[in-house]
Parts: sequence; C-alpha cells; structure tokens
Amino acid sequence: MLSEAPLLSLLIWLPIAGGLLVLWMRDQEAAAERIALIITVAGFLISLYLWAGFDPNQTQLQWVESVAWIESLHIYYALGIDGIALPLIVLTTFMTIPVVILTPSSVSQQQSFYLSAFLIMEGLMIGVFSATDAVLFYVFWEAMLIPMFLIIGIWGGANRIYATIKFFLYTFLGSVLMLAVIIYLYWRSGEFSIWAWHGMHLSAKEQWWIFMAFWAAFAVKIPMWPVHTWLPDAHVEAPTGGSIILAAIMLKLGAYGFLRFTLPIVPDAAVALHGLMIGLSLAAIVYIGFVALMQEDMKKLVAYSSIAHMGIVTLGIFLPFSMATLGVGVDQEGVLLAVQGSIVQMISHGLVSGALFACIGVLYDRMHTRQISEYGGIATSMPMFAAFLVFFAMANIGLPGTSGFVGEFAVILAAMHANFWVALLAATTLVLAASYTLWMVKRVAYGPVKRPAIAMLADLSWREGLVLTMLAIPVLILGIWPAPLLQVTEPAVHTLLEPIFGL
Amino acid sequence: MKWLCLAVVIPPLIASIVCGLFGSRMRREWSHWLGVIGTIISFAASLMLLRALVQQEWQPADLTLYVWGFNPEWGFQVGFMVDALSVTMMLVVSLISLLVHIYSVGYMAEDPGYARFFSYISLFTFAMLMLVSSNNLLQLFFGWEGVGLVSYLLIGFWYTRPSAVTANMKAFVINRVGDFSFVLGIAILFSAYDTLAFDRLLGSAGALAQMDLAWLPKSASAQEWACLLLFIGAMAKSAQIPLHIWLPDSMEGPTPISALIHAATMVTAGIFLVCRFSPLFETAPGTLSFMLLIGASTALLLGLVGLVQTDIKRVVAYSTISQLGYMTAALGASAYAAGLFHLVTHAFFKALLFLAAGSVIIAMHHEQDMRQMGGLRRKMPITYLTCLIGALSLSGFPGFAGFFSKDALIEAVSASTVPGAQIAAVILLFSVFVTALYTFRMIFLVFHGEPRHDASHVHESPHVVTGPLVVLAVFSLCAGAFLAEPILFSSPMQNAIPMAAHGGMRHLADHWEGPAAFVVHGLFSPAVILMLAGIVTAWLFYGGAAARGQRLLSKFKPAQWILDRGWGFDALFMNFFASAGQKLGVRLWHGVDQNYIDTGMVMGTARRVRSMASRVSSLQSGYLYHYAFVMIIALFMLITWFGFSFVL
Repeated sequence: MLSEAPLLSLLIWLPIAGGLLVLWMRDQEAAAERIALIITVAGFLISLYLWAGFDPNQTQLQWVESVAWIESLHIYYALGIDGIALPLIVLTTFMTIPVVILTPSSVSQQQSFYLSAFLIMEGLMIGVFSATDAVLFYVFWEAMLIPMFLIIGIWGGANRIYATIKFFLYTFLGSVLMLAVIIYLYWRSGEFSIWAWHGMHLSAKEQWWIFMAFWAAFAVKIPMWPVHTWLPDAHVEAPTGGSIILAAIMLKLGAYGFLRFTLPIVPDAAVALHGLMIGLSLAAIVYIGFVALMQEDMKKLVAYSSIAHMGIVTLGIFLPFSMATLGVGVDQEGVLLAVQGSIVQMISHGLVSGALFACIGVLYDRMHTRQISEYGGIATSMPMFAAFLVFFAMANIGLPGTSGFVGEFAVILAAMHANFWVALLAATTLVLAASYTLWMVKRVAYGPVKRPAIAMLADLSWREGLVLTMLAIPVLILGIWPAPLLQVTEPAVHTLLEPIFGL
Repeated sequence: MKWLCLAVVIPPLIASIVCGLFGSRMRREWSHWLGVIGTIISFAASLMLLRALVQQEWQPADLTLYVWGFNPEWGFQVGFMVDALSVTMMLVVSLISLLVHIYSVGYMAEDPGYARFFSYISLFTFAMLMLVSSNNLLQLFFGWEGVGLVSYLLIGFWYTRPSAVTANMKAFVINRVGDFSFVLGIAILFSAYDTLAFDRLLGSAGALAQMDLAWLPKSASAQEWACLLLFIGAMAKSAQIPLHIWLPDSMEGPTPISALIHAATMVTAGIFLVCRFSPLFETAPGTLSFMLLIGASTALLLGLVGLVQTDIKRVVAYSTISQLGYMTAALGASAYAAGLFHLVTHAFFKALLFLAAGSVIIAMHHEQDMRQMGGLRRKMPITYLTCLIGALSLSGFPGFAGFFSKDALIEAVSASTVPGAQIAAVILLFSVFVTALYTFRMIFLVFHGEPRHDASHVHESPHVVTGPLVVLAVFSLCAGAFLAEPILFSSPMQNAIPMAAHGGMRHLADHWEGPAAFVVHGLFSPAVILMLAGIVTAWLFYGGAAARGQRLLSKFKPAQWILDRGWGFDALFMNFFASAGQKLGVRLWHGVDQNYIDTGMVMGTARRVRSMASRVSSLQSGYLYHYAFVMIIALFMLITWFGFSFVL
C-alpha cells in the first residue's frame, strides 16, 4: 500500500538527491533547470498525495516513520505530521516551484548551483516540519540555513556579506540556546521525542528558562520585535528566489516552533509571559507598520510588512494564554479561532509575500533598482504586471476574498475575546497595511510615466505570468473557501490546545 | 429561492471576469453587452425574488449557501437573507446599475479602457449585491470591502493622472479607518454571541445588555460599544463628518461611477448597515444621539460647502454628502424606515443629477467648471428637463419623490424622542434652504443665462445617454408617491426593520392619510417654504448675470474662505494625521530600529559585523564554502560531543 510508503522521507530526500544531481550538471544549465522543475513538481504532487491520504479527524500523527539513528542516545530518525505541519509542507513544495521557474531571469551565473541550493533547502525545510525527534529537528533546522547563507552570500547584492553575517549571528545565537534546551529536556526525560515532552512536568523556574531559550531561537526566525533588524537587510541583499523562500517558508519555522515546542512543553511559562508576547506582537503590528510606511526600497517595505504580518501570527498563538487568565473560563471559540487564524495567516503570508517578492523581482530584472522613487507609471507599459501587483497588494492588505483576510480577521475577532485594547491595536493593521502597501503601489504603478526607460518596459514574460498566476490561484481559493485548510488544521489545533486549556 | 438569489448576484460576476480576462482580445461591443445582460438578469431575478416573497406572504427567507470555514455554528458563511429590506436594496442596486451600464456605452465610447471599465462596474454590482443580500456579517464585510476595492479602482481609472491616483488612495485609506472600527464592532458582536449570522445576532439583540463582558472597557455598555463602532464604520462608507473627505476627491473617476458608486449605491451601504442592525441600535441610545449629531451637522455643513463649488460634479458630490447626513439623522432619530425611504428616492434623483452632469460634461468636451457654462438649456433640452426634475426632487418640491422622503424624514425626526432630535430637526429644516440654494445655483449657472463659452459645437447627447436620464427622471418624479407606503408603513418592511420605540415613525404613521393628503399638507409646511426661498435666492443671485453671485460672495469673505477649504477637514487629515504618521515612521525606523536596536542594543553588533564584513569580503566569496562546511562539521561535532558527555 502506498499509505505505508515512506513518503515523508521521499519528500525530504528526493529534492536533496536532486539537488546533488543538479549540482553535478554544472555545464548543462538548461537540462539542470528541467530536472529541477521535474523534481519540484513531483515533490508538490507527492505532498498533495500526502494531503489526500491524510485523515484530519484522526488525532495521532500520520505518515509516521521511525528508524533508530543513534540508539545509545535514543536518537531516532522519526518523522510524522499532523494537521499543522501538513499545510506548511505543501506550502514548501509549492513555493519552490516559482523559484525554479524564475531562476533563468533572476540569476545569470552558476544557475545549476543556485538551483541545487534551493532543492536541498526544500528537502531540509520539509525535514524540519516533519521531524518528531528533537535532534533530527535540530539537524534539519541548522542545516537548512547553510543553503540560505550561500544563496545570499553568492548571488546577493553589493552588501551581501554584511547581510549574511548579520543573519548568521542572529540565528546562531538562538540556535545554540535551543540546542541547550533540547539537551536539558533529554536529560530530564531520557528521550528525544518531541511529543513525549508535551505535558512534561517542569517547575515554573525551569519553564521560564526553557521558554526564554526557545524564544531566542524562534523569535529571531519569525522575526519578532526587537530581534527583527536582520530581516530587511537579508531581503534586500538576497536574490529574488532567496527572498521568496525566506519570506514564504523560513519565517514560518519560528511560528511552527512556538506551536510545536513552546506551547505544549512550557504552557505555564506561556501563561506567565503572555503579556510580553502579546506586547511584542502588537509592537510588530503597530510600530513596524509605521516603519514600513516610510521605506524607500520596495524589498525593505515588503520585508517590514512581513514582520507586521507575522506579528498577527504570534498574536494569535499567544492570545489563548491571555484568555486563560481572564478568570471567566476559557471560551473555546476564542482559543480555536486565534490559533487557527494564525495558521491560516502563516500560509497566506507565505503565498502573498512570496508573490510580492516575485513581483519586485520582475521589476528588478528590468530596471536593476528597487528604489520606489525610480519608478512611476508602470501600469502604462506593463498593464498585466500592474494588475497582478494590485491583486497581491490587496491580498497583503487583507481584503476579503483573498487569503490575507482570513487569518487576520480571525485573529482580530479572537483578540476581542481577550481584551478590547489588544483587538484595537491589532486592528490598526487594517489602516497601516493599506497605507504602506497602496502608497507603494501608487508610486510604482500609477501616475504618469516617470522616465523614458519605463515606457519601454516589456510586460510579463510567460514565465513570470505563469508564476504570478499560479500564486494568485491559491490566494483566491483560500479567500473564498478556506474550509479545506481549516478542516485539516482544526483537529490538530484542538489536540494541541486540549491538554493546555482543557477545552 | 436559493437559485434565484444566485441569479441575482452571479451574472454580474461572470460578466466582470470575462471582461477582465478577455476584454482586450474581444470586440468592444461584447464588453458592454456582457455587462448589460448581466445586470438585466440581476434585475429580473430581483423582481422574481420580490414576487416569490409576495407569494410566501413576506415570510423572510434565510438561506445558507456554504460554510466558509470554522465551526458552522459561528456563521462564517455565504448565504442570503431575503426580506423586504434586502429585496428593496437589490432592486435599487440592479436597476441603477443597469441604467449606468447603458449610459456608459455612450459616455465611455472613446475610452481606451472600455473593457476594463465594464469589468469594474460589473464587479461592483456583484459586490454590492452580495453586501445587501447577506445573511451574516462576514459576507456583508466581504461586499463592503469589495465595493471599496472597486471604488478604489474606478476613482483611479485614469491612472496616469496624479490627482486620480492620489484620490483613490485617500478614499481607500479613509475607508479603512472606518473598517478598522467596523471590524472591532463585528468582533464585539462575535465575542458576545459567538456567531456572525444575522438571525441569531438580531433575534436576541437585547441580550447584549445583560451580558457581563469582562474584556470590554466599562466606560460604556456593550451594546453602545458595538453600535458605536459599527456606526463609525458606516460613517466612512457613507461619508459622514469627519470621514467624508474622500468623497469630493472621488469625483476624479468617470462620471457614471460617481452616479452609481458615489451617489446611489455604495455610499448608502452605511445607511443599509444601520437599518439591518436597527434592533441592536435601538438598545443604544447614546449612539442614536451621536448619529443625530453627526447626521445633522453633515447635512448642514457640507451642504454649505456645496454653495461655493465651481466644479459641477463637486456640487453634486457635496450634495450627496449632505443628503447622506439627512439619512443618518433619520437613523439617529430611530426613524430607520424614513432613512431607507430617502436612500431609495435619493438613489434615483442623485443618479439622475450625476448622469445629467455627465451629459453636460460630454457636451462641453470635459469642461467641468460651471463658470465656463451657461445657457445650455436650449442646446440640450432633454438633459435640461431631466436635470431640472432631479433638482426639484432633490430640493423637495411637493409631489416629487424627494419631497415625500425628505418631508417624512424631517417630520419623523422632529417627532422623535431621542435626545437631541428637536435640534437636529431644526438644522435639517434649515438645510432644506441650503439644498435648494446650491441645487438651483447649479441649474442657473449651467443651463440659464448667456453662454460663457463657444456654444457652436454643443449639442444634445446621444440616446444611449439621454435614455437612462429619462427613466431616472420618471422615477425621481413618481417613485415617492408609490413607494411611501410600502417602505414607511407596510408590515413586510416592519418585519425587516422593526418600528422603533422612539416615536418618530409612530407619529408619522398616525398622521398618514395617503400620498395626496401628504402633498397637500406639505404645501404649507416650513420645509416647502424654505425650499422655495432657496430657489428664489438662487434665482436672485445666479438667475441673471453670474456677476451678482460673485458680488454676494465677496461680501462674505471669511465665510467663503472657510467654505472653500471645506471647513479645514482635509487640511487636518493631510497635514496632521498623514504627516504625523510619516514622521513617526521615520523616527521609529532611523531612531529606534537603526540607532538603538542595531547599534546600541545588540552591543554594537551591526558595527562589528560591518567591520568583520569588510575584512571577509577581501577573502573572496570562496570563504563562504569553507564557512558552510565548517558549520556542518561543527554541528555534527557538537552533537557527538554532547552525546558522549551524556553517555560517559
């Protein structure tokens, strides 16, 4: 039976093997690209099969694999997914496809090496989402960064080394602390299974320290205020594909870490520190919203917008703890809505920010600048592109009918269950996101043609059109009918929160 | 009935998608035929829906199409609420949309963005119909934002004009300020009731007062918070002070749009929202008084601004804001049905005035300054006559549609027991004078006197333009007498909008003796006298030479100064809020992000990184490979080392 087949392993190792194969084909770039495309599409189809064979109503992990790795230390090569990991895996396999398609237009040198870095990274990221053994998780978590460093460091812009090292320093600090915690938890429990740690008995003081260490690892990735300043630099220097993956998938890893580790392992610390977490999330939404408004570089603007949108995600994750302290009994509606909303927001942000970075890449390939002030009147020469830009801008704003609305709306509604003022501050995103996004659209796409060079621009190539179309479709579907996604996540979220809040 | 509802909303959507995707590749006529046929189907289906509703004796139908997501109990769904209120709105929206589609065939004939235009207005029709037919707050909000999106796209339709793209962004952002509040209102209702479905929200509207909601500030009751926040959302959409500033600028869009979106339908969405939630608003007296205050001041203050406009479209735009103020005041007096009635008649005569203005603008080759017009009545008899009918209806001339709705409205407000209603009624009464004055100032400046332009090329617009004018003129003339009873007093409408406890509508119903008696009674009412005074004043100053009007204004310099600036609301928003936001953004970015976090907090990491980077970059990028391998090796060594230390 295919349902017994180690499909998760296949999803992880197929792209990695493919990446090594492509790496070896240095001189045949066209063939390398074709192979990369076949592998990524195959990966996507496998992940869809995974979804089709996934039973959302079953609360246990599915597609489980387990092989002893280092037996003396109880380290297993253990994989398995629930309804939270599954959509993120599908997102990963899906978002790698546009990167491959856009490669010839966005990178001019060492294309096969570039492709292989992305393929290997895809496999490693899927590994992070599917690992159920903490050591395996950590290995994937760290290894995944290496291709990204290379992508920014080799194909990046003028300031790439600065950006890479800043990125490295931030993430390394967090990772070291996470490793320490993993080892501590092993020392306490005698095993490395993440699921065995859930609901472990830990004193308040232990929980506090573990929470902080996890926070350092995950908050940097998301990134939360105030450890966010690496992200705009990394984005500005990264090539288009790097930005797409960074925004679409890597930022989600932090939020995934919160859901997988922090919430179930140290819930008491989360209750104690929820005020801080909600405060930082709101800072991301409000403060970063204002910062995004004034950006002059398109990539920085979308990078700051990502931080603000991820603020909604972390807000949704920590809101239930705020409700738990209200003393009126946790109401199920608010808790489920908050966490489900933040998962939908993660998926949606992956699609929308990826698409916006692709849009910026389209412009950069033509004009070799990302300064907003250099543009103006693009809609005249590139009407098709402008239509996509406005569409994704509206999704970024969270217009109903696009995926951007679903998570944002759910989290704001849930925030009201906790506290009026939290909801009020969270809802400022409606105004702020509209302001910074539309101001950019106005200055880039609308108005009279600013320079003769703009009048000469060619509209989307078929590759670019294909990429933007394939990104637009799920954005619309999730906006009109998010039920399929919500049906998968709901039981998993329920299972996750049940022991914490006694739903 | 579900299918009938789908037949109302879906055809415009299909038309829009086809025009949008294939518009550039198909023949020009196809785009307008698609749009026209789509709206004809919508209108016909709305009529059939009305008949179906009559057949089942006005029993409201609540039909859910599919659950959008989450727990089905929560009411995140797509579905329809068919009752007297929604069917009235569907009929008005699809009818006006149909007429505007037809009109646009003539008005947009030479525009290169022909297909795009029809795609947008069909999409608008779809979103507006989804809004009014919804049976839950989610879909209502979807429609609400959908019409906002199309409004954004259409104000910026001529996207190479800097003024148009400034106006559309302003419209969207100001509307988002309202949405911010609207979403919070929705959130309060959801948190209290755990549902967004209307049947359960409105069925137990009074329950909100009894709930103990720990998360809500105690400064006001839950129902006051919810209603106030919903109403602020409505204020942005329906252009009430101080969130009205986007509407005059929205005149940058093509004129048919101003008629459809910024006069007849979209801007009335706020009024519709309050009508839909009237059982809830009834429990919030504080919000009602606030609505009275906002509505009455909008009606008067923005009407006054209309007096000094020179652009023909802006006169009508300010008039729209002022009339929306009337409707809002009626809602505040808890005379919801009177507000809805004025909404319907206003849709006809204001669409008419805008389309007539558009007809004038085509004839004048896109000149919109009334000072350059004059004497057009002989050249454009149909436009003149229909415009005059619209003007009389707007002013409330006895017998015209606007007379019924406005007189009923003022009377209901004055009889209301909501605190502040009497003062509001006086303000509204005085605004009647202002309304007649600015309306007929426009009529006289445009159509009377001597031409102040080269009149040789001016001629009447084609039939495709004048046809919709005539239809709307008929409605502006007659709709009042026919619709007064069904909308104001019929029991089906009262099922949808319960007659409120605050007296206004009750008083109106008690004194109602049929439309004819209402006209006779109205002949001697102060409203009609004030209206006549307004027309006469306009005649005195603008009927002959325009110079007299200018002299009048020059005597009131300070008044003109402040009116020209629209009471300074624009300046307040632009110079204070917008620039403060930008300054804050710069300060947070440079001041905190860069100087504090980057340089200071992470112990000067950034600086150190920079110096490290400069050293590293001299080592070629080959360094990175080594670095990557070092990292992998270190990782595995780390694991092994930790592993052994545990084993040993």
